[in-house]
Amino acid sequence: MHNCWVIIKRELGAYFSTPLAYVFIVIFLAMSGALTFFMGAFFERGQADLASFFSFHPWLYLFLIPAISMRLWAEERKTGTVELLLTLPTPTWVVVIGKFIAAWLFIAIALGLTFPLWITVNYLGTPDNGVIIASYLGSLVMAGGYLAIGSCLSAVTKNQVIAFILTAVVCFLFLMSGVELVQSFFQGWAPSFVLEALASMSFLTHFNTIVRGVIDLRDVVFFGSIIGVFLYVNAAVIDLTRGS
Amino acid sequence: MTTGDTMISIDGLTKDFGSLRAVDNISLDVKKGEVLGFLGPNGAGKSTTMKMVTGYLPITGGKAAVCGFDVENHPLEAKTKIGYLPEGAPLYGDMTTTGFLNFIAEIRGLSGETKQKQVAYAIEKLQLHPVMNQPIDTLSKGFKRRVGFAQAILHDPEVLILDEPTDGLDPNQKHQVRELIKEMATDKAIVISTHILEEVEAVCTRAVIIAEGRIVFDDTPANLKAQSSSGNLDDVFRQLTLVN
Repeated sequence: MHNCWVIIKRELGAYFSTPLAYVFIVIFLAMSGALTFFMGAFFERGQADLASFFSFHPWLYLFLIPAISMRLWAEERKTGTVELLLTLPTPTWVVVIGKFIAAWLFIAIALGLTFPLWITVNYLGTPDNGVIIASYLGSLVMAGGYLAIGSCLSAVTKNQVIAFILTAVVCFLFLMSGVELVQSFFQGWAPSFVLEALASMSFLTHFNTIVRGVIDLRDVVFFGSIIGVFLYVNAAVIDLTRGS
Repeated sequence: MTTGDTMISIDGLTKDFGSLRAVDNISLDVKKGEVLGFLGPNGAGKSTTMKMVTGYLPITGGKAAVCGFDVENHPLEAKTKIGYLPEGAPLYGDMTTTGFLNFIAEIRGLSGETKQKQVAYAIEKLQLHPVMNQPIDTLSKGFKRRVGFAQAILHDPEVLILDEPTDGLDPNQKHQVRELIKEMATDKAIVISTHILEEVEAVCTRAVIIAEGRIVFDDTPANLKAQSSSGNLDDVFRQLTLVN
């Protein structure tokens, strides 16, 4: 799709023409490094793997991805450029996908820049690089899930701060839905299929399987469906909020 | 198409915002070679009508077609025929003038030499040379408006819809934009909205005044002037729009 590519190019250009990209990348690298070495006890563990690096990604993404996604549509609605965009001869869904892919590519770039860690662990020992590659892919796919939720919620409002908070909260619920804290709230009164459904929606559960090096089709399908559903709703929200 | 062909046909167009009827059963045809001046007090429904014809706002009732393409059933075809300057000329502030015009040209399906030629043409016509490589955010209001205008004529559209094209321009720039509109009128149908009554006299071949969503006058600017005993356009305008 030609127009999709044009949108991706513009969006990626917009990231790097403002300080946003550099601030994000520096903070992402600094925080993921700090978490890995200090909280994750990378050296003390004495194991040649990147588990201490990847285990923090769901939490890191929880507030870094909303910071990327909040501007996707809220900014366009605020400045009125959404009117320009939607009166160009291109369907809404092409724009939605173009913007999403651009943001995803940007996160992929930030994630790719953590490669010194991978070199470090290979220098220090002999890790299972298959697991590491699977973990990188899993992390990226999970980031896509967060991002689709963020893109969708960014279209709901003109206010980027509201978009940020909504996204962080909804992502948190998706992240935690398998955890005791949320589950115990439903235990006792909700039927067991609801509990199971909730548990199966958990980002954490699906991510942990991938990080162990098991690329289960179900996990990939899960994140794929999250992306699909939220982008579909995203396009619908944009059509509904035109002019408001 | 020859002069006199109907380019825009609006039939019984209606728009409700909740319980408020913003546009009430408007019908009009715009032919090639016509420059239609759309007048009315703030909130009369000028912009809303334009937004429906350009496919931005969904239509509550009635029909609008551009070059024979219904804007609801064939939105993409209709949009390729239209050049549109939205109210307030929203632009991507992070892009440079050239970058922005190239982006719009590409999404309009122009490429290679045609793209370069058309972008150069628009820059030439709107005299944007001094700001070609400047970020749009740093431009003056007059330049921003002209970049918005340039964006609308890039693909040499058959229909031009301009929402307050001379707002924020100094007298020289106003004159220049009016000359440009007159020059382009020969092979296009042009609709401009404005508050400036002299502008209608200066560039339009037809004046349509709307008040509270309804057409209250539709004739030549000369006949509009003839309606007033004092020969003052402001008086006629007040007479027609302050009926209630």
